[in-house]
Amino acid sequence: MERQIVIEAEGLTKKYGHQVAVNDLNLQIREGEVFGFLGPNGAGKTTTLLMFLGLTEPTSGKVRVIGFDPTRDPFHVKEKVGYLPENVGFYDDMDARQNLQYIARLNRIPDKVSSGRIDESLKVVDLLEEVGKKVGTYSKGMRQRLGIAEVLIKEPKLIFLDEPTIGLDPDGTNRMLDLIHSLSREKNITIFLSSHLLDQVQRICDRVGIMIKGDLVAMGPIEELAKKKLGIDKEHYTLEEIYMKYFKEA
Amino acid sequence: MEDHFSSIRFLLISALIVMVGVIIASIVGMSIQEESKGMAKPTFLFLLLFTATGKLFSFVQFIGFFGPLIGIILGFDSINRERVSRTLSKLLSQPIYRDSVINAKFLAGVAIIAIVLVAIVLIISGLGIRLIGVVPGAEEVLRLLIYLITSILYISFWLGISILFSVAFRSTATSALASLAVWIFFSFFVSLGAGVLADAFAPVSQTGAGVDPNIVLKHANIQRVISLFSPMTLYSDATSTILDPMRKTTQSLILMGPLERLSISRFQSPLPLLQSLFIVLPHLVSIVAITFLCFGICYYVFMRQEIRTV
Repeated sequence: MERQIVIEAEGLTKKYGHQVAVNDLNLQIREGEVFGFLGPNGAGKTTTLLMFLGLTEPTSGKVRVIGFDPTRDPFHVKEKVGYLPENVGFYDDMDARQNLQYIARLNRIPDKVSSGRIDESLKVVDLLEEVGKKVGTYSKGMRQRLGIAEVLIKEPKLIFLDEPTIGLDPDGTNRMLDLIHSLSREKNITIFLSSHLLDQVQRICDRVGIMIKGDLVAMGPIEELAKKKLGIDKEHYTLEEIYMKYFKEA
Repeated sequence: MEDHFSSIRFLLISALIVMVGVIIASIVGMSIQEESKGMAKPTFLFLLLFTATGKLFSFVQFIGFFGPLIGIILGFDSINRERVSRTLSKLLSQPIYRDSVINAKFLAGVAIIAIVLVAIVLIISGLGIRLIGVVPGAEEVLRLLIYLITSILYISFWLGISILFSVAFRSTATSALASLAVWIFFSFFVSLGAGVLADAFAPVSQTGAGVDPNIVLKHANIQRVISLFSPMTLYSDATSTILDPMRKTTQSLILMGPLERLSISRFQSPLPLLQSLFIVLPHLVSIVAITFLCFGICYYVFMRQEIRTV
């Protein structure tokens, strides 16, 4: 059975003045996928995410996210799509539960429903024991996991993660990757993550797209890209080799 | 709004206002008590609580000068604090309309201002009733109500200014300084500039000999028109007229000869509320207009702004 398309972009372009941030982007993401969006800093990854969420208007092109146009109808998109920005911020003088409750209220989730969901999502990210502490005292890894919990509150179909593991220690990174993996497998949430940490992406992503200077230069499952770029005979490959090849060509 | 109530700076500012209000009210109240001993109580004695200068300044003057600071303190970091702590992009990715963020920031501020002002006016009134033993009449209550509404609008204008700067500048320190600069500009330099410009266009000789009344009039007019550009002048003219029924014009300086003064003093009776209102109506409309204009600009800028986190 063909799975449903959750993100579809056609000729998506964003210009800031004369500078082209995203150039003629075409892609389709299907339900349940873990898609890794790769590229060097400033390649236009975050801009693309913001366009998918309706937080930035595309200069031209079409985009549909879970069946809605985020430019015209950001409300419906934001209802069902979670977004974890790079280095997410919290209200530091509130504790974890208060932060999550605030987000739940903004999503019009009644307090009765949300208190159960808050406990559940804190359990998923393994923060139940720290729930009473002010978020200002949290470590980077804990904040990032709290960010995931916050995204889970609205029970999203699709989650955008912008550099979810940046600045985390190896242990924190592992926990984060396992968490992302289990969300996709157990809850069937589509995950679209941007990163430039290639070995991590290789571990959890079904498909990747490589974006360089606003152009999507390659897209597909990692093995396929490896065959195309490195030759069929190569048994062991890393995403890094593929990436560097594309990077040098661009 | 919850934020404002629990924040330390809100507590400080309201404590300060309540303190000053109570001190002024008790000084004025006691002096009124002294003076009016054994006399028939004049009409509108109650409003004197707010307008009489006592030893330092009147409550109305205090709010006129200090009110802007309340607005600025409540608003200067409302948007850019969310930006700095990186909660703004998260907030906007929730299913809420973008304008509800800025509306909420503004309305929460207005609500706080209203609560503080109503509370302090009630405290002063209560104190006043005890000290001078006069219960305010219906007209006095109405005048106070108009005064309250005007003050809330006036402080909301400053709230709007400071929110505007917090949208425009990324750093909270910059927006605070910019708001304070505007405040200082309007409170000192506009009146100063008005004087200078009036001197330039219609020089009045200081010796007093051979003064052409037309030039004096022109001088006063220029000075008045320019100082009306300052919301502070608008506000203080409006409120002092509303609270003082004896005042028949918003102009503080009227040039008249001794005979004129005599003839005017024969009609020295309080102005009805409606007439006072008519006099200050242009002022009130201007205050409403600048408040909405300021919030409108703020709204427009915020809605058009790119929400890049970096």
